[in-house]
Amino acid sequence: MTKSPLGHDAIVQKGYLGAHKWLILRRISQFSILALFLIGPLFDLWVVKGNLNSSLTLDVLPLTDPYVLLQSWFSGHTITNTALIGAMIVATFYFLIGGRVYCSWVCPVNIITDAASWLRRRLGIKSNTVLARSMRYWLLLATLIASAVTGTIIWEFVNPVSLLHRGIIFGMGLGWIIILAVFLFDLIISQRGWCGYICPVGAFYSVLGHTSLPRISADKREQCTNCMECVVVCPEPQILPPVLKTGKGQIHPMIFDSVCTNCGRCIDICAEDVLHFRLRKIPGDKKPVR
Amino acid sequence: MKQDKTRVSVSRRRFLEKSVKAACGASLLGLGLGLHSQRSHSLSPTAIRPPGAGAEEDFLGACVRCGLCVRDCPYDTLKLAKIEDDVVTGTPYFEARDIPCEMCDDIPCVVACPTGALDPDLTNIDDARMGLAVLIDQENCLNFLGLRCDVCYRVCPLIDEAITLERQHNERTDKHALLLPTVHSDYCTGCGKCEKACVLEDAAIKVLPIQLAKGELGRHWRPGWLDENKFNGISAQSGLEKTPDKAVETPFSGNPLDTLNAPK
Repeated sequence: MTKSPLGHDAIVQKGYLGAHKWLILRRISQFSILALFLIGPLFDLWVVKGNLNSSLTLDVLPLTDPYVLLQSWFSGHTITNTALIGAMIVATFYFLIGGRVYCSWVCPVNIITDAASWLRRRLGIKSNTVLARSMRYWLLLATLIASAVTGTIIWEFVNPVSLLHRGIIFGMGLGWIIILAVFLFDLIISQRGWCGYICPVGAFYSVLGHTSLPRISADKREQCTNCMECVVVCPEPQILPPVLKTGKGQIHPMIFDSVCTNCGRCIDICAEDVLHFRLRKIPGDKKPVR
Repeated sequence: MKQDKTRVSVSRRRFLEKSVKAACGASLLGLGLGLHSQRSHSLSPTAIRPPGAGAEEDFLGACVRCGLCVRDCPYDTLKLAKIEDDVVTGTPYFEARDIPCEMCDDIPCVVACPTGALDPDLTNIDDARMGLAVLIDQENCLNFLGLRCDVCYRVCPLIDEAITLERQHNERTDKHALLLPTVHSDYCTGCGKCEKACVLEDAAIKVLPIQLAKGELGRHWRPGWLDENKFNGISAQSGLEKTPDKAVETPFSGNPLDTLNAPK
């Protein structure tokens, strides 16, 4: 029997919409956030001003990126109340909802790296440089130290996340070169490389969402046929096999690893309906998750 | 059992190896970034920061590149630097020759800044020091050529304070006056209206970042004629002219010539 193309079984089982539910919701989320920022400059309707680093919604709600503010604090700048309140709101949100929800539901670079990953699969590019996944955490630490040493918000010198978001809203100029570099890096050099090994923004949010509530759970893993399609589409593919394993040595079916971006692609692509979003249960909890 | 032990130590070694590699990679990247950031501390001479921005090295630690100041600037003066600009990417600046600062009374850009990168204590725009106008080309300035252009002086929001016209004899004609626009750093906010208005093809008067425009006296040097530098009310020069009203405890006369030329 020849293997059906990636995602085919899920479409047969759940229909196209069912097999792309979370992906579509995610794109809606990403693009509507961009749209909220864009209708100001485009149509002079000011719902949100600023960009992801710091913004003001409806002239009352301040939001500030806690990682940028942390670097600013490390650089020796005194933090203002407005910025602190904004960062606390953002931090609380991601602390509860899942840190890397930022990566897959908000970050504009995700659209770029998802596209690279998709094209990589379509073109069958196999070359892949594997780096240490812990590198992003070291880089996170390095950016904080470098911010303190240089007295600047250091990651903002290169950060493609703010570069792209700011660029779309305020004018991109040659910033596309950096974005293209990230795309090509993910496409040719390293699969899911930027988010998977390097980006300290994702690393920061991953730390922030260490105990967040919504988690993906392989709660019907006995139905798993080991087709591995979820692992193929997962941006952090190392996290799925352990929770899918049944029988001897099985662990809790919930993905507690905070690098999971809660993107839900594994849920979409699973024809067997193994994976679901669930609220966090404490590991070692005797009660099975449904 | 023994096998298990070796496996543990191998995987530990691998883990350590991987971590060291990752840490080295990250620190190299961090180092590169640090060095790169140091190069950016000197601002392009045509780029002027918004009112209330501190010294460049402080500003780069305080500004989160959000662009809220740009949004609330009513004259589209401010813009965020793109990567090809000679200014740190994402930070706000303006070019005086392009659109100068209109010096709004309510300073909306400072009010909009969420992080205090634009100093919230700046409430009077006349106290802003965005840069300093310098009449940099005294060969082509029309007033220096003996004409009465005066445009920079006329458009200055702090006319007769930040820019005055200083009269000088015109050596060339030997019968007219030169009225030379002269900038006073005590008053100039660096708004750039003079540079914008200069009628030359390329402005003779330009706003420069303050650290470029200004020199600095030696710290030990005290201009003796200034009040704050007078010792017991006596300036360094006053002794030359007259004996002080109140005698100071000194064996020497107030006039140094008495001491220097006195016969032994």
